Amino acid sequence: MAKENIIAMSRRLKKEQRALRFRRFRSNYGLVIGAVLFALFILIAAIGPYLMPFDPYAMKVTERLQPPSGAHLLGTDEFGRDLMTRIVYGARVSLSVGLVVSLLSSLLGLVIGIYASYYKTLDHILMRICDGLIAIPGVLLAIALMAALGASAMNVIIALTIVFTPNIARVVRSSALVVREQTYIEAMHAQGASDSRILWKHIAVNTLSPLLVQATFVFAEAIISEAALSFLGAGIPAPEASWGNILHAGKLVIYKAWWMVVFPGVFIILSVLGLNLLGDGLRDFLDPRVKLKQKKS
Amino acid sequence: MLVYIAKRLLSLIPVLFVVTVAIFLIIHLTPGDPAAAMLGIEASEEEIRALNEQLGLNRPVHEQYMHWVSGVLRGDLGDSIFMRQSVGQAIVEHIGPTLSLAILGQAIALVLAIPFGMIAAYKRGTAVDYSLMGVSLLGLAIPSFLLGLFLMLIVGVQLQWLPVAGYEPLSKGLWEHLQYLILPGLSLGAIQAALITRMTRSSMLEILNLNYIKTARSKGLRELTVLTKHAFRNAFLPILTVIGQTFGTLVTGAVVVESIFNIPGLGQLILNSVVRRDFAVIQGVVLIVTLIYVGINLIVDLLYGAVDPRVRLDRK
Repeated sequence: MAKENIIAMSRRLKKEQRALRFRRFRSNYGLVIGAVLFALFILIAAIGPYLMPFDPYAMKVTERLQPPSGAHLLGTDEFGRDLMTRIVYGARVSLSVGLVVSLLSSLLGLVIGIYASYYKTLDHILMRICDGLIAIPGVLLAIALMAALGASAMNVIIALTIVFTPNIARVVRSSALVVREQTYIEAMHAQGASDSRILWKHIAVNTLSPLLVQATFVFAEAIISEAALSFLGAGIPAPEASWGNILHAGKLVIYKAWWMVVFPGVFIILSVLGLNLLGDGLRDFLDPRVKLKQKKS
Repeated sequence: MLVYIAKRLLSLIPVLFVVTVAIFLIIHLTPGDPAAAMLGIEASEEEIRALNEQLGLNRPVHEQYMHWVSGVLRGDLGDSIFMRQSVGQAIVEHIGPTLSLAILGQAIALVLAIPFGMIAAYKRGTAVDYSLMGVSLLGLAIPSFLLGLFLMLIVGVQLQWLPVAGYEPLSKGLWEHLQYLILPGLSLGAIQAALITRMTRSSMLEILNLNYIKTARSKGLRELTVLTKHAFRNAFLPILTVIGQTFGTLVTGAVVVESIFNIPGLGQLILNSVVRRDFAVIQGVVLIVTLIYVGINLIVDLLYGAVDPRVRLDRK
């Protein structure tokens, strides 16, 4: 067979594969809805602040606690600041906290997970530490850490990363343990590949799909936890806007201003819903076996 | 069975060691001098040194840890310098409302979730199943404190059916006690129910395909009997595990929800202590809640072993 023919065939095959993958993506409604919602929120956080006509910090006492109207679409807060502007700026803070926490804990969790799967003594030590940290209920640990570190966005990120890393490490470790037993890893050993080469080039890469799924859920959890911490007054300090501390202010005026509780709440729910759908969808997408098994049964 | 219990208990030792070290070290994460942080900026050098002396913060870290842990083992969690009482005493005063709330939340969750999960599994693929799963998906995205705020807005502020804040102990009468706990309990329970409904559904689905269910049906048993007596009993084990594992979420949820409804529980205690940087109380509350959580998971595991022989034999 001519060389061109083979190339053409492999091209066609690749094209078909891509079409198949796209069809699988499209037929997974949860994944599509989740991805769209998530993209929408990223867009709001990225360019929303430039579109807002109001200053999120400028107080106007004459306009305090106004219900939603043409001038202020979502109303104003207890200092007369435009609520929509505050929520859009808050989206930036809340989503960046979520994103950074999920990236940092994924990175740390990946390192801890693959090394634990590979070295037995290290495994015992690291997993006992993870067990211990997982045993402390998350938000409580975060509250205690915030008490020690002091309230700031940076410290919320540090506290939540400490809370979520052990979970990710466990997920990575359990899938790395499966990869480690594969024949090709044994072959790498036989060829004399170094430990770190095997770990990073072969084991780490193969734990990425469960890691990605888990990172999505941690993103959602981090948004909820940041909101809870800021709502309790132990998170992002005022006057900076985050969904949690808008709710904190809203709770104090709940009798007079329902919009200060409802709107930031809806933003939290929709962003978490989007991330959960995305995570569930990714899991089905990256591991079709799960879905097939469910379909058969 | 004894071997299983012993093994399970032994495995707790490293966990508790890490838990105590972690909780103990939190105070040392404070940038600068913890005693200075506790006393605020107006404290003099003298006062800071005296507090350091009193709390033993000037001694080596491992000595401090040993001192704290040996106190904990004797049931002494230290003293709160702000409340002028022992931490143990403060916790005893505040734990009641939190436990009441957590138990009520769990009860509401089970009453909602188990029937709904069974119905969804039985009617799988129908509109009933999809709507139940849709609602539970939404439930997973709502943090319990947010549902609490919404309930407070609707039932408390708009309809004015129930008081929106406050607390009466059980000794004042059951209704007095419950009317303050219904809204917070519902906000915790409904969210918890979302998770357990999904778990019940998938656990039931797995069981409903097994041959012994076919046998039960073919010998003419009523569908309800098959579902409850045959299927649910076996489906319950994974559900039990989820209940144990999510108890931590429930308690931390309770801590946040309490602060919405002004319930004087552990949540209020720890939050007041965060503001005052009263580390002994913070450490004490985190430790006690963690111990309760670990204890519940231990009980769940032991029950699991007692009910399912495969579990206890498997680990030999």
